[in-house]
Amino acid sequence: MTQAGSKGANGVPAPILEVRDLKVHFPVTKGAVLRRTIGHVKAVDGVSFSIAKGEVLGLVGESGCGKTTIARTILKLVEPSAGQILFDNQDLWTMDKAEELGYRRRVQAIFQDPYSSLNPRMSVREIVGEPYLIHESGLGRPEIDKRVRRLLEMCGLPGRMAERYPHEMSGGQRQRVGIARALALNPDLIVCDEAVSALDVSIQAQIINLLQDLKNDLGLTYLFIGHDLSVIKHLCDRVAVMYLGKVAETGDSEILFDEPLHPYTVALMEAIPVPDPETEAARAHQVLAGEIPSPLNPPSGCVFHTRCPFTVPLCRENVPQLEEIRPRHWAACSEVASGRVDPRAQQLAPPLSSTQFPSAGISVSPTGR
Amino acid sequence: MAEATVNEPLNSEDTYRRPSHVQLWRRQLLRDKKALVGSIILTLLVLCAVFAYWITPYDPNAMDFDMIMRPSWAHLLGTDDLGRDLLSRLIYGARVSLFVGFSTVAISLVAGVALGVAAGFFGGWIDTIIMRYIDLQWAFPNFIIAVYLVAVFGTGLSNVIIAISLAFVDDFARIARGMVLTIREEQYVAAARTLGASNNRIMWRHILPNSMAPLIVQATISVSYAILAEAGLSFLGLGVQASTPTWGLILAESRSFISRAWWLGVFPGFSIMITVLSINFLGDALRDVLDVKEVKEPG
Repeated sequence: MTQAGSKGANGVPAPILEVRDLKVHFPVTKGAVLRRTIGHVKAVDGVSFSIAKGEVLGLVGESGCGKTTIARTILKLVEPSAGQILFDNQDLWTMDKAEELGYRRRVQAIFQDPYSSLNPRMSVREIVGEPYLIHESGLGRPEIDKRVRRLLEMCGLPGRMAERYPHEMSGGQRQRVGIARALALNPDLIVCDEAVSALDVSIQAQIINLLQDLKNDLGLTYLFIGHDLSVIKHLCDRVAVMYLGKVAETGDSEILFDEPLHPYTVALMEAIPVPDPETEAARAHQVLAGEIPSPLNPPSGCVFHTRCPFTVPLCRENVPQLEEIRPRHWAACSEVASGRVDPRAQQLAPPLSSTQFPSAGISVSPTGR
Repeated sequence: MAEATVNEPLNSEDTYRRPSHVQLWRRQLLRDKKALVGSIILTLLVLCAVFAYWITPYDPNAMDFDMIMRPSWAHLLGTDDLGRDLLSRLIYGARVSLFVGFSTVAISLVAGVALGVAAGFFGGWIDTIIMRYIDLQWAFPNFIIAVYLVAVFGTGLSNVIIAISLAFVDDFARIARGMVLTIREEQYVAAARTLGASNNRIMWRHILPNSMAPLIVQATISVSYAILAEAGLSFLGLGVQASTPTWGLILAESRSFISRAWWLGVFPGFSIMITVLSINFLGDALRDVLDVKEVKEPG
């Protein structure tokens, strides 16, 4: 596990980004003339985490659990309803214009859909060169072209691709263009919002290898958002599992994936099929009942109690807090915390082995070595 | 680390430059038969309008005692009730009609897009004010509004142009706003914001270029409507001065002689028809060409 970067006083790496009790509620309105708010969608409801420099933090969860909203809030595309986000100990919403521009320079994003994250009317050269036009307006056209080619080559694309338009490229190539754009300004933190979810499995592997190589070569920090557990395990140092706008469990990736604590994480892991038909058939599945509840009207107490196999009456009343149940491993479940439930005993799936992840041949060396 | 790899010099071996968008569009337009016909007719009309002084056989306002003459070798399209040569009047009329058509669309396109983009981009009370006004205008037929505005401003060429332009603003505003609302949600706009792009840059580099296709198509259709509107206003006597030859006015004047002199009504009507038709052909083809996914690099 790489944990580069400056260490704080007590040996813990200093966080580059800190999210404190973040809440993002979207009002739901009714009526056109006399508009009134009939409720709030609690997309993110009290989430805290921090990312150390050089670290990869994974954010996992079902669709609609608030992962993407967190990413959009960190990117300042959405305003939080409460809570704080600190970048280098500075609050994102007390910045002035110049500070905000500096922040935008140091934090970049890779988006989910490589088909809509690139402007179809701009050539690759213009797309990847745009960051320089915004932040380094003094650069001349030849210098920008040179840097664009360099970036494309770092991302495994031939330099002549600069003349192409997005619709002339494949999904994997477009995603590489998106990565090149994110790298243009030498950022400190890259938010990868489902960056590989829309790609084929073999292309996913290539892009993940590329992201890993870039991280090692450039000393990047990633917030990696996804729903594919094997990808997250492969890539992330630490993981936070989200459910309905809250963090259910968080900890070092290896510990968490080997021995999940929260019943929701256990269920998520069991949903991964084992790539051996006999073992798969013999496995007893613990399938979660029902759907993810509406964030407009989340369940009382523990939000997971409607689908949890271990629910006791108390779960409907008490909101569980994240507790450090084992060293560097937190879960928000009162039953597990009190020791009344041991999800490890219920665990039937074999631990996910890292060899399961397909590293489909092509590994891209970003510096052309 | 990072700084070193990005700024290292690079030996660029291939510096292929692809043809520009405009070049590709032109090639594709020429391949489309209807577009070709449309652009040839339109070019001829524009040339006629520009060189009217040299190609007209007679002075368009010169009267003669040969009144209401059938088409003959002396007067190819015949003469009107004051003995004026119809062909010469039609050629001069192309000037007015085309000028009105293109200038009104240029004005209403710019004004409408500005309003629509402002409404869609900023939202809130700006959107409310602009769109309620547009709704108000939308409730009346464009031509009625043009008639009303001419009644307010008075007749005359520039007033006709202003009136028709204002009457067409709502179409462009509505389309522009709709496009902005769609494109504002695209991920590449979010990506641009994340990069720190200003509102200006997002509007000009990301939203507008991607909104242009339907606006350009609407513009070509509006050129033909504007020509018809000018003809209609002139027909009603609300257009330009009576002596100015315009297609609509010639058509209007032919009304009294419709049973005796068919050529006075048919030829101006025909002029309007082929102009409108060729512009529509061109607009049709433009719609296909401007679809970004259809732009192909020629083999």
